[in-house]
Amino acid sequence: MNMPRSISLRPFILGAAAAAFSLVVLGRAQAGGSHHFPPVVDPLVKEECGSCHLAFAPSMLPASSWQRMMVNLKDHFGDDASLDPAVAAKITDYLVTNAGDRGGQRYGDKLLRGVTSDRPPLRITELPKWVREHRKVPDWEWKHKEVRTRANCTACHVDAAKGYYDD
Amino acid sequence: MTLNPSLSALLGCIAILSLPAAALAGTREDQLAAYATAARAADPAFAGFSPARGKILHTRSFAGGKPDTPACTSCHGSEPRGAGRTPAGKAVEPMALSASPSRYTDPAKVEKWFKRNCNEVLGRECAPLEKGDWLSFMLGQ
Ligand code: HEC
Ligand code: HEC
Ligand code: HEC
Repeated sequence: MNMPRSISLRPFILGAAAAAFSLVVLGRAQAGGSHHFPPVVDPLVKEECGSCHLAFAPSMLPASSWQRMMVNLKDHFGDDASLDPAVAAKITDYLVTNAGDRGGQRYGDKLLRGVTSDRPPLRITELPKWVREHRKVPDWEWKHKEVRTRANCTACHVDAAKGYYDD
Repeated sequence: MTLNPSLSALLGCIAILSLPAAALAGTREDQLAAYATAARAADPAFAGFSPARGKILHTRSFAGGKPDTPACTSCHGSEPRGAGRTPAGKAVEPMALSASPSRYTDPAKVEKWFKRNCNEVLGRECAPLEKGDWLSFMLGQ
């Protein structure tokens, strides 16, 4: 009598544990619909686009933005970020493939709402949705010496490098 | 004479392990030597690099570049063995070789950043003499 019961019990406990686990993971992933932007994992992109600032998540801009940015690295927001053409091509490929309207669509979707494709934005910090999310941030906070620029995401979002912005 | 097998294996390991280190040190020397050749070509009176001049280049404020980054220390910090920070808030590992032993082993990387950062700070590219001075300052730090 005991045998069948313990046998039937085990799968149930395992099943419950697996369900609890996937709930946690799913919960995070769903929150990720608006909060999680998978960080850059390609070492080349990390090195070349992550030395002056955080290597911004490719899903935060549409493909056309990355393409527009990558053809003019010589004047990159006033900096010379130019690269060897072969390196630039590899990086463009990565950014475009994972852009917010391509492979990274389920992450970038909400952030890119209201973006028109005729003139793709070069800044994440000028996306209508980004501006709305930050409208309550007071002026003195932007000017604080630990912040200095809107592009300094990590100053306020401690887990920005991991792709989390919900704190 | 025959070596006992474990000793020769050990010697083999040492040979393999010491190769990259020697090769890396060689890269730095080769790059300095290349700057020296270029410096001599520009000025036959060139008499070697000066870490003291390199230190001045590193800490001095210039007017020719961007107003918010007038000196190398604007991003690299005033202490070569300490970390720095870019205007966009990204931390930069120390520039002193003693604090960042893996630095200056990729000549293309060194050249890329000299070009960018000299333009940023001085509003022009650095001369081979300036690059060699600066590099010999950091290698000795
Ligand atoms: C030499 C330094 C440097 C390098 C290298 C660099 N950037 Fe930038 N980037 C900047 C600066 C400076 C800004 C403007 C920051 C600000 O507004 O404070 C900027 C801004 C940006 C922004 C807009 C941020 C915002 O306001 O939303 C994006 C996106 C960006 N960079 C992507 C890249 C990519 C992709 C690469 C690699 C191909 C790269 N950057 C490499 C210096 C650099
Ligand atoms: C001065 C501090 C500050 C800086 C710098 C900053 N943010 Fe924010 N961010 C905030 C605040 C405050 C909120 C609203 C907090 C909230 O609602 O959870 C927010 C909200 C967000 C959200 C929405 C999060 C959510 O839970 O819906 C995203 C996405 C985001 N920021 C991305 C960025 C990115 C990308 C950067 C850099 C390009 C950045 N932020 C720079 C303070 C900042
Ligand atoms: C606007 C910020 C900024 C300024 C100003 C700046 N640097 Fe840099 N520098 C960087 C960044 C970012 C890196 C790349 C990150 C790293 O190597 O850790 C770098 C890297 C370098 C490297 C390459 C190091 C290596 O490991 O190969 C050299 C050489 C260098 N800088 C020299 C200078 C000199 C000389 C000056 C002054 C004339 C200067 N920098 C001013 C930001 C700056």
